[in-house]
Amino acid sequence: MDYLPGDNTYREDEKIYSKVLGLVGLSGRVIRVTPLSGPYIPRVGDKIIGKVIDITMSGWRVDTETAYSALLNVKDATTRYIKKEEDLSKLIAVGDYVIVKIINVTSQNLIDLSMKEPGLFPIKGGRVIRINNQKVPRVIGKQGSMITLIKNKTNCEITVGQNGVIWIRGTSENELLAVRAIKLVEERSHQEGLTEKMEKFLDENLKAEVASS
Amino acid sequence: MTYTQRLDGRKFDELRPMEAKAGVIPNADGSAYFRAGNTISYAAVYGPRELFPKHLQNPKKGIIRCYYNMMPFSGSGERIRPGMNRRAQEISLVLTKALNPVIDLSEFPNSVVDIFVELPQTDAGTRCAALCAASIALADAGIPMRDMVSAIAVGQVDGTIVADLIYGEESYPAVVSDIPVAVTHNNKEITLLQMDGEISKKDLIKALELAKGVTETIYELQKKALKDKFYKDN
Repeated sequence: MDYLPGDNTYREDEKIYSKVLGLVGLSGRVIRVTPLSGPYIPRVGDKIIGKVIDITMSGWRVDTETAYSALLNVKDATTRYIKKEEDLSKLIAVGDYVIVKIINVTSQNLIDLSMKEPGLFPIKGGRVIRINNQKVPRVIGKQGSMITLIKNKTNCEITVGQNGVIWIRGTSENELLAVRAIKLVEERSHQEGLTEKMEKFLDENLKAEVASS
Repeated sequence: MTYTQRLDGRKFDELRPMEAKAGVIPNADGSAYFRAGNTISYAAVYGPRELFPKHLQNPKKGIIRCYYNMMPFSGSGERIRPGMNRRAQEISLVLTKALNPVIDLSEFPNSVVDIFVELPQTDAGTRCAALCAASIALADAGIPMRDMVSAIAVGQVDGTIVADLIYGEESYPAVVSDIPVAVTHNNKEITLLQMDGEISKKDLIKALELAKGVTETIYELQKKALKDKFYKDN
């Protein structure tokens, strides 16, 4: 028993097998597998973007684009005092998208959300796109390098949800450029020096835009 | 009279030319194409997603559902009525049962993974081709699995044990047995075993040993299909 089974692995007798298709990593004695594809597993502390699908007695039901919908309680949604008879759809209507944080996940994958921190709010305007949730870390980059680059170059507001939903708001042309850039990162997520390549890609496209206008 | 020469000239333990590809349906979470000779199957996997009707939900683990469908034009020219029939229902069930032992959805209670298999062209061995494609598609979708499943039909045609029967052999005018077998890779567990026709106990054991041997070739093909997809991607 020299090694221990970590994430996405299991032990059978003396051997450790992978449960998913992915890349093997070793940290100390623990063997773990990073999946190349697969469903998003909700974790406490993750920032996600979801669509409000229903209004309940005490809050909103949010579609997280997994097998499980989440609950956003009134007391976790706003600091303002909400009267008992107040119409919750005035605050967030069904069909709205919200940027929220997961504050609790049970063993049955029931999810509680919060919207009480800076950077968490109901989305107004812009566009929502979806990528493979396993590629989210690459889109964000080391210490947010990739997403900061795209934000600065395209002058867009961008929020990346860990569930693979991304919200972009800026001018129409810049929004489209940001979408193209993010899709490109998703496609080439494995390549080395991607940040530099993206910088070049964005500069070229911005120049082309200026020339055509 | 014995069966000394196969109808399509193959060796007795030789498989039809096979081809496999992962990630062929962009909308699906995972998908695969699998071809064995003239039998072609496409599998698409969706999920884990919310399961309705609610009474089917299992709070301990997620479940899987298979849908097997032969396309109306897929047979020998006789139109097959589209939609579920008794045979498709049975095969959907055995596919679900054949995949269940390798799938680990304990992390996804109350959810479902749907597997759709479509066959645009068929020439015997459809449930095996369906299973091979489904197995690749599940791995492509990143569903936690303990093992891969590979399937093949073996049988006896007029006294000779053969692997991967074609329709002409299944309907050969003599004593014929047709045994679809699904085998897991690591433990060589049998997850699907059905039989048509008749065979002696001794020959059945021989046929199963043959199946265990040839499924290894299919496993390599499945593994290569998955690797190819992600090597191209990565």
